[in-house]
Amino acid sequence: MSALGKVVRSGVGRKRVQTVVIGLAAAMAVTASVLAGSLLVASSAPFDRAFAEQSGPHVTAQFDAGATTAADLEASKTAAGVTAAAGPFPVTSASPELDDGPKLPPMTVVGRADTGGPVDAVALVEGTWVTGPGQVVLSADFRMPDQVGRTLRFPALPGAPELRVVGVARSISRTADLWVWPSQVAALTPPDTAGGFQVLYRFASAATTEQVDASTAAAVPAQGLSGTRTWIAARQDAVKESALFVPFLVAFGALGLVMSVLIVGNVVAGAVASGLRRIGVLKALGFTPGQVVRAYVAQALLPAGVGAAFGVVAGNLLAIPVLAETSEVYGTTVSPVAPWVDVAVVAGTLGVVAVTAWASAWRAGRLRTVDALAVGRTPGVGRGRWAARLTSGLPLPRPVGLGLAHPFTRPARALAMLAAIVFGTTAVTFAVGLAASLSDVQDARDHTTDVVIGADRPGPDRGLPASLDVAAVNAAIAAQPGTLAHFSTSRREVTVAAFSGSTTLIAFDGDTSPGDYRMIAGEWFDAPGEAVVPSPFLGATGTRIGDTVTLDDRGELVTVRIVGEVFDLQNDGMQVFTDAATLTNPVVSNFGIAVRPGTDVTTYLDGLNAALRPLGVTARAGQAGFSDMLLTIVALTTFLTLLLIAVAGLGVLNGVVLDTRDRVHDLGVHKALGMTPGQTIAMVLASVAVVGVVGGGLGVPLGVALHDAVLPAMGRSAGTGLPASSFAVYGPTTVVLLAFGGLVIAVLGALLPAGWAARTRTATALRTE
Amino acid sequence: MTTPLIELHAVSREYGEGPPALDRVSFSVRPGEAVAVLGPSGSGKSTLLNLVAGLDRPSAGTVTVDGVRVDGLGEAASARYRRAKIGMVFQFFNLLDDLTVADNVVLPAQLAGMDRAEARARAADLLGKLGVDRHARAYPGRLSGGERQRVAVARALMNRPALLLADEPTGALDTASGEDVSALLTELNAEGQTVVVVTHDLALARRCTTRTISLVDGRIADDVSAEPAR
Repeated sequence: MSALGKVVRSGVGRKRVQTVVIGLAAAMAVTASVLAGSLLVASSAPFDRAFAEQSGPHVTAQFDAGATTAADLEASKTAAGVTAAAGPFPVTSASPELDDGPKLPPMTVVGRADTGGPVDAVALVEGTWVTGPGQVVLSADFRMPDQVGRTLRFPALPGAPELRVVGVARSISRTADLWVWPSQVAALTPPDTAGGFQVLYRFASAATTEQVDASTAAAVPAQGLSGTRTWIAARQDAVKESALFVPFLVAFGALGLVMSVLIVGNVVAGAVASGLRRIGVLKALGFTPGQVVRAYVAQALLPAGVGAAFGVVAGNLLAIPVLAETSEVYGTTVSPVAPWVDVAVVAGTLGVVAVTAWASAWRAGRLRTVDALAVGRTPGVGRGRWAARLTSGLPLPRPVGLGLAHPFTRPARALAMLAAIVFGTTAVTFAVGLAASLSDVQDARDHTTDVVIGADRPGPDRGLPASLDVAAVNAAIAAQPGTLAHFSTSRREVTVAAFSGSTTLIAFDGDTSPGDYRMIAGEWFDAPGEAVVPSPFLGATGTRIGDTVTLDDRGELVTVRIVGEVFDLQNDGMQVFTDAATLTNPVVSNFGIAVRPGTDVTTYLDGLNAALRPLGVTARAGQAGFSDMLLTIVALTTFLTLLLIAVAGLGVLNGVVLDTRDRVHDLGVHKALGMTPGQTIAMVLASVAVVGVVGGGLGVPLGVALHDAVLPAMGRSAGTGLPASSFAVYGPTTVVLLAFGGLVIAVLGALLPAGWAARTRTATALRTE
Repeated sequence: MTTPLIELHAVSREYGEGPPALDRVSFSVRPGEAVAVLGPSGSGKSTLLNLVAGLDRPSAGTVTVDGVRVDGLGEAASARYRRAKIGMVFQFFNLLDDLTVADNVVLPAQLAGMDRAEARARAADLLGKLGVDRHARAYPGRLSGGERQRVAVARALMNRPALLLADEPTGALDTASGEDVSALLTELNAEGQTVVVVTHDLALARRCTTRTISLVDGRIADDVSAEPAR
């Protein structure tokens, strides 16, 4: 073996802690970067990627089976401009009930014998595909837990068929809500209808709405055509739902990448710098600066290479659940880690290692040999003495005072640790704030009240009796003990002048506070003729707060003045909320009731329903909207945060390891003078306390700033503003606890080397040069 | 008969496969004695000092100092033992460069939890007694070798130890400073301080101790009491 090889081998072998730390840092950096890179890739046009993977249809066409034949539709698949087509699949619409009672809205049921085909290659998320009648596969977009194994009932259909859920699948184009065996469709088709067919087309020209329209006109038979849905509309729907989370995941991915580069750079630079004395010895033996550089680059690359290999495996394994959750959030299919991400991350990490090692070793290699030998292990003379003087006068246990002064003797190393802690605290602050904000957004978008009569929430029309005595119902509610506040709503579909498309007008009567509508700007209406609208309405109609809009209710014009921007995502935000007195003859579709704190809702309902029975309506407990999306986001956030904390902790660990090695002789002196292991641990932990506190102090405002920058971006992506309550998630207690998090990261990172320091044998430490 | 301050009984210390660094060594030291442990490099002098100071544990045998069985102490207990019973002086002083002279001296008392004002007063007293009080606010790097060793002695005496252990205390000093330090040790012993000096310097042993124990290959070759050359 050459002299250089021996130097590298002995350097790697003798400095085992350093070698392990470099390997660990590289492994964690690669793991975090593979995850971060995959998140960035997954967050880049998630619909387009999944659409291409599934060969999604440019047009999903539905035909009336009574007006066309399967043979005619089969022929259309080879029409000019059609590059691929699937179907005709039998299709119908049905309203099932779940086995535990809840009635589901009308669903599109498609008969498909398999998931594949040239168009709309549906991805099975869970379970199996249907293999015969009596089975059903649910669309993953329903986001219900534990779906497989449940039963869907169709009590309104002849024979009340029941289907067992055997799987969950996702079509990025949302071509169906339920997939069944083709022959099953007939049994799910209402007897008075002929049913239908679904054909999925891909065209040679479909990049724009105009091209899709032209291709559709040229290829899709007009006879029996009952409706089409273009890929552009599907894309808009998908993007609208997933866009909220893209900035969040991009921010996390970017944080992960930056931290990885920072920590690897720090670890390697620190490792090389701690070997200055050895470099001096090598030069004294005749090694040239070039040989020194090569030796140290190789010494860093060997463990980093091994660490990167482990990291890429770990990253790919961890990416499986993370990307699965991400695909759940985006409503897309799960993709494995792109090979180029693995290659780029490994190459990038090793590149950072090589460049950092090269730069540090080059600097060391150019030092005069005598200087390298002299400065190798001793801190700069006089550096940080002021801190030692200051802490010796503090009323603290002496080991704590000694530790507190340590960072000031090696400021560069302390800064590196500080950077790691700042990033870690920033990530934690960002994650905690975002989870709280998303939870608040979830609360703010759900207007379900404690008790409802009619629809679950304002808006949908679930058909209260037209002859309902509204005043009597209100009186019964008001008289019921336990009632805190209540309102009724009526709903109309209206159009807005100069804007195509329908808008829902919801008029409130009573105390609207149980609906928990949160304002983004302006005020909630408090007089007839005033209205509040969600952000998408303002955007779509080009209106602003203070403007007056005229709503056309089938010829009856209603003019309202917009006094506020409210957070609401129902009906795509195309809603207008106003006072019932604004309308003439409002028809009530829903009552919302809030009960007093401590009221038992079941008892309340029993009493209220006894009073309502003569009026022909029944009250029930409000069913808050369930969002496993939120759970997914929180799980993803928690996982990513823990990973970033671990990377930050590793940065601290590296710094403390280097510091402990540098101070091992002093440590021996302390122990010889009677410092106990407990005092040694206290001294080492105190040495990172200042850095931890300062890091926490800097990281929290940075995390809050990142949160405040990303949250509006998330809202903008989703086309809505967000209520002020979603931003005000950092209370004083939270801030203090988060700032304390910096200290926790520092202490966690220092715990291991503190233990080593405590166990170091005094006699050995005293002999160390 | 006076109870021995130090008592070693059949103490051996082995490292790996090689011959033992100490081989069944037994001796005792009475309070107030000044003992020199002599021997060439590798004879086991430092091992012996480490065992008495509780820095290392014997492979066999017992070490008792001032009634404490040192050989069975854990890390924390041996640290407490050192700060209560032992003062150590090293060849290369082992002063902490980041701390002032006064802070170096006061450190053992602070580790032992002594009252702050009391510790400062005692440190000032010791520095005055040893003639280095004018350097109290200076850093060790600015002192001569002899001055540094005086500071180290002051630090060693801070907790009023029963036993002062000195490992080659003049090894890093010029002749004048060496004589100065040996005179200091003699003076301390004359005041009743028990002193054990590990050295290969016969002249130092003669100057400041009343008894010499010679070690060869880990065994006691000679144990001679004599009047010190004063």
